[in-house]
Amino acid sequence: MSDESHQVPPLTTVSVEDPHLQPYAKHPGRAEAFAAATMVIGFLGFIGFGITYWISDQTQWEAATLGGGMLALGAGVIAWGKYLMAQGPFVEERHEFHSTEAERDAMTAAIVERGGMVVQRRKVLGGLFALGSTAMGVVIAFPLIRSLGPKPATSRQATNTDTSLFATNWKKNSQLVTADGRIVKVADLGVGGVLTVFPKGYEGSSPDQTILIRLAQIGPNDPPFQLESPGRTDWGVQGYVAYSKMCTHLGCPVGLYQELTQQLVCPCHQSIFNVVSGCVPEFGPAPRPLPQLPLKVDAFGNLQSQSGYQQAVGPGFWERP
Amino acid sequence: MIDSSLRWVDDRLGIAKGGRTFLDKIFPDHWSFMLGEIALYSFLVLLGTGVFLSLYYIPSAHEIVYHGSYLPLQGQKVSEAYASSVGLSFDVKSGLLMRQAHHWAADIFLGAIAVHMARVFFTGAFRKPRELNWIVGVSMLLLGIVNGFLGYSLPDDLVSGTGIRITYSIVESIPLVGSYLGFFLFGGNYPGNGIIIPRFFLLHVLIVPALIIGLLAAHLGLLVKQKHTQFKGRGKTEHNVVGSPMFPTFMAKTTGFLFMTTAVTFILAGFAQINPIWQFGQYEPFQISYAVQPDWYMGWLDGALRIMPSWEFVGWGHTIPLEVLLPAVIFPGIIFNIFFAWPFIEARHTGDLAYHNLLDRPRDRPKRTGAGAMMLMLMFMVFSASSTDVLANFFQIRLNSVLWFFRIAVPVIPVITYFLTVKICEEMAGAEGIGKRKPPNLVHRSATGEFSTVPTEARPGDGHEELEAVPVPTFIDMVPADLATGPGIRRVMR
Ligand code: FES
Repeated sequence: MSDESHQVPPLTTVSVEDPHLQPYAKHPGRAEAFAAATMVIGFLGFIGFGITYWISDQTQWEAATLGGGMLALGAGVIAWGKYLMAQGPFVEERHEFHSTEAERDAMTAAIVERGGMVVQRRKVLGGLFALGSTAMGVVIAFPLIRSLGPKPATSRQATNTDTSLFATNWKKNSQLVTADGRIVKVADLGVGGVLTVFPKGYEGSSPDQTILIRLAQIGPNDPPFQLESPGRTDWGVQGYVAYSKMCTHLGCPVGLYQELTQQLVCPCHQSIFNVVSGCVPEFGPAPRPLPQLPLKVDAFGNLQSQSGYQQAVGPGFWERP
Repeated sequence: MIDSSLRWVDDRLGIAKGGRTFLDKIFPDHWSFMLGEIALYSFLVLLGTGVFLSLYYIPSAHEIVYHGSYLPLQGQKVSEAYASSVGLSFDVKSGLLMRQAHHWAADIFLGAIAVHMARVFFTGAFRKPRELNWIVGVSMLLLGIVNGFLGYSLPDDLVSGTGIRITYSIVESIPLVGSYLGFFLFGGNYPGNGIIIPRFFLLHVLIVPALIIGLLAAHLGLLVKQKHTQFKGRGKTEHNVVGSPMFPTFMAKTTGFLFMTTAVTFILAGFAQINPIWQFGQYEPFQISYAVQPDWYMGWLDGALRIMPSWEFVGWGHTIPLEVLLPAVIFPGIIFNIFFAWPFIEARHTGDLAYHNLLDRPRDRPKRTGAGAMMLMLMFMVFSASSTDVLANFFQIRLNSVLWFFRIAVPVIPVITYFLTVKICEEMAGAEGIGKRKPPNLVHRSATGEFSTVPTEARPGDGHEELEAVPVPTFIDMVPADLATGPGIRRVMR
């Protein structure tokens, strides 16, 4: 506060009878009684909290005693300050805090002329200092930023899901398993059943999460289920279809399947995907269909993938073609 | 005692002069000046409860088997972060109270900042010379939102994990650098190698709070240096401050207020459940619960994401997810830039470069008030849009109708609000005697049957403001003999 030292008002003396020094309350006795009562309540509240904490640790009682105690004590102190202290009003002068023109000029001159002179005379030193500090900034930024994580793989053929936004662990003949590793068989789901599946060995992995839906009860020798999506007629098998479970909007799991309308709903921002037409978004902010995983059944009746996903799963990003 | 220790300190630091000015610092009285205090005190509660929580919380994604007292989780594999958060709620004495107080305090903190900011805005308190303090305040709002998000992400429960997932995708949506930023932040492709929890923890308990504390110090320092603004009134000018002194009146009131803010936080914490993470369960990237909603101060971003049409740009071998970039990066960017720049936008518009220490009544500045109402309405509309599904369920209408309502209402209603507010302000400015406290009128009937009204005298209770303001006295004279020897009172010989 030293900058205000020149603002100290002259030492003033007033009489104790001065109306400014009288309490605000019309009945100071009552105000004092109120403040005293609330402070006592506050004190009792804190004691109560101590006891509660010691014997039961019951949350509601703790809140009631501690909160109630503080509320009462606070009310008492406020009443004291508001009704029993000098009512004022008091005044304080403001002073302009800007400096005089001369002072401003002096400071500008110090920076521009004194500083300028230094730089003018020793240009090389200035340049070297700038060079050195820039180099330092760059090399410090490296451990700070570059080492925080791996660089995203640019190749679309990359296979490591930790470093590539294009990769999943689904390959040709990947076994479909549940999150706890159980192999999924063709007989597992009835019509309208859904299951979250992963490629065997990657249970619970985020980019691999796939939603398996049984749309119809079709035997191995019946004609295949007709999806409305062109060119993918044989991607489903025996009434099963599988799609990436990562929403193309922001990557939430598209977890709600409405059997009646055959729609997948993302609970995050209500994007709705039509399962029968290849999971094209029908509603909401999701921009792209959920990628589909082509399925087949092996000789033991286990579900497998015909191949991996043919495009990047999940939300959009700059490098996505 | 006080005398000698003060002497000791003053010999070394010279504090008596400035210290006395500080004790005499005048605080104008108005209820709206307490809003900032609520923010300050809930921040103190955040620090206190936060220290408590960090004694027990373990910032680690490492998987362990849960063996706590919450039976439904017994034997399940959970992360240490989640297990310790649940443990905080059930196995640490008064831990649940502290956890919920921390969460409530965060919600109150940001709410108080928002309301305080509205007060400063509508009364024009941000004008010269206080533009810097406005910027400091907006920065604290921004950091507060960030830290709130970081904080509720830490328990690693299903709801917060979904929020982190969404954040990752938002970062990913930024053209050119998005994938890099996401990878660097999370240590790889989502969900990364588990490092995000310690990183968020470090940011949440050290880096962001340190920044907030620094800004808070600057905020209060500037306030002391530039002194308070005040509303127009008797004896109040651009060149003085009228009110009660720092010591003891304001100190008593504000200490009481600190207690009460803390009290309300703890009462809420004990009686109003918030963020019951044990019900949500451990986060798994492939699981989700229905009706996911973030904390209230993130709602506006969620709402903007929901009503945005699915405009993804694809071309030249690249994808720009505009349906994410526009509502979640560009939109908040624009909003905060308007916030930061407002004092300068307004000064440029009005050409007003004078010092302002007296506050405006909002109705006297129709355009500013209109702009503020428009912004509040915009925020309210996008915030409401974050519950499209809840609204559709509640009113039994189609989600599609709700969505289209908001797509139209979000741009349109704020504009209507602007014109309506300007109109209301102008009408109020024209009305006579508005905003003044009216003394009751006495109605007289003369002997001839003529009626006349006479305004009454001010009531005795109104007397407080009637006194002329005086400087805070240094010495008090004529102290009764029984008090004169008491500490702190000095008999003055003249
Ligand atoms: S993440 Fe699915 S709609 Fe937003």
